[in-house]
Amino acid sequence: MEKGTLRVKTGFAEMFKGGVIMDVVNAQQAEIAQEAGAVAVMALERVPADIRAQGGVARMSDPKLIKEIIGAVSIPVMAKCRIGHIAEAQILQALGVDFIDESEVLTPADESFHIDKHAFKVPFVCGATDIGEALRRIGEGAAMIRTKGEAGTGNVVEAVRHARSVMGAIRQIQALPREELMTYAKNHGAPYELVLWVHENGKLPVVNFAAGGVATPADAALMMQLGMDGVFVGSGIFKSGDPRKRAKAIVRAVTHYNNPEVLAEVSEDLGEAMVGINLDFLSEEEKLAKRGW
Amino acid sequence: MAIQGDFREHKQMLKELGVEAVEVRLPRDLEGLAGLIVPGGESTTIGMLAREYGLEGAVRERVREGSLAVWGTCAGAIWLAREIPEFPDQPRLGVLNIAVQRNAYGRQVDSFEEDLEILGFERPFHAFFIRAPRILKVGDDVRVLAKHQNEAVLVQSGKLLAGTFHPELSEDTRVHQLFLQLSSNALVAK
Repeated sequence: MEKGTLRVKTGFAEMFKGGVIMDVVNAQQAEIAQEAGAVAVMALERVPADIRAQGGVARMSDPKLIKEIIGAVSIPVMAKCRIGHIAEAQILQALGVDFIDESEVLTPADESFHIDKHAFKVPFVCGATDIGEALRRIGEGAAMIRTKGEAGTGNVVEAVRHARSVMGAIRQIQALPREELMTYAKNHGAPYELVLWVHENGKLPVVNFAAGGVATPADAALMMQLGMDGVFVGSGIFKSGDPRKRAKAIVRAVTHYNNPEVLAEVSEDLGEAMVGINLDFLSEEEKLAKRGW
Repeated sequence: MAIQGDFREHKQMLKELGVEAVEVRLPRDLEGLAGLIVPGGESTTIGMLAREYGLEGAVRERVREGSLAVWGTCAGAIWLAREIPEFPDQPRLGVLNIAVQRNAYGRQVDSFEEDLEILGFERPFHAFFIRAPRILKVGDDVRVLAKHQNEAVLVQSGKLLAGTFHPELSEDTRVHQLFLQLSSNALVAK
């Protein structure tokens, strides 16, 4: 009986496909997420919109909070550690968290290196803005990739940019003649073997979700139509007027992303969406997507 | 059934076996089908949406007439189960006479892979158990096709098949072939 193998980790991520993973800050929100049909919850002390507003160093959540959320729901529980923070990741694994997000939403602990995720039995998800970054994270052992988008803004434009960038690169790699793959790998800072894998299979070797700015059912459906496997919703639900209703609507929008009648029906009368930030007013230093190397 | 989960992997397996597959999200998608695979995923999500969009009732009707074979893997097996003692109100099809416990091996770090002996298979089958359920009880009308540590992990009753592991994550198509046999029997019954 072998535990924590790469296939067991990447296989678990496959089970999230076509589903919505929601940020929650307490047990009550976790229950609302589960009742709405979320496939997992992300246990956090503050949603990205609040991290952005309050500033300061954002760290792994208090284990007590994570345990309360684990105790409150039967669906899988994820939690975030800082980029490069090996010890936070070890703590989260010891707590029995089902998935760790090595996340740019928290303040990075290491400005050069990410965690060696092969060294863990628990699977990891990491953010990526382009193909090189995605394949570097997979090379380090990430079992799942998500777009970074721009968390806590309620603005989907960056998630779209990152999704288009990764999906476009996959199509390009597939079309390249084999002799050009090494130079492609060099130019994009991507491991050659993984570039070759993408060339042969026409997709990433792991599941790829949308994240960072999804605020409406239509946003979620858009990301699915762009080829994402599922959706993370951070601040978009619990920073909105009617979280229960919006959470349910986004779940249904992801399942029926290709069915405009269902999308119209679930988009109706959801109350106020989170206010959102126009990215033109965000300085370069304020952009979380720049974090990660 | 493409409500949520790893249905793409099942579709790929069927394609390799030369079988036409469609994605089922609404009752109308069931038309003309001989078999339905309910994939791994989150059983609460799948059960909830299958009920809301009328799929649960439509599948139950087809199972009753004997015109549809159904195979559930992991979350799909939970959806088929008559009893979930811990969550009696969880929405499900509930047509297969077994009792299951969800996520019965611990948390994700306890997920595992191992070789299984399956009834009628010449070689062992490499199986992935991911936050897998346990089959606690098997009715008299249900045949056990494989066991792990002396507990049933693959069972069959008429045209219903349920397993707690994920053949779609392997490259071995033998369980899929087994299900195709059940489905062609469903076709004959129709």
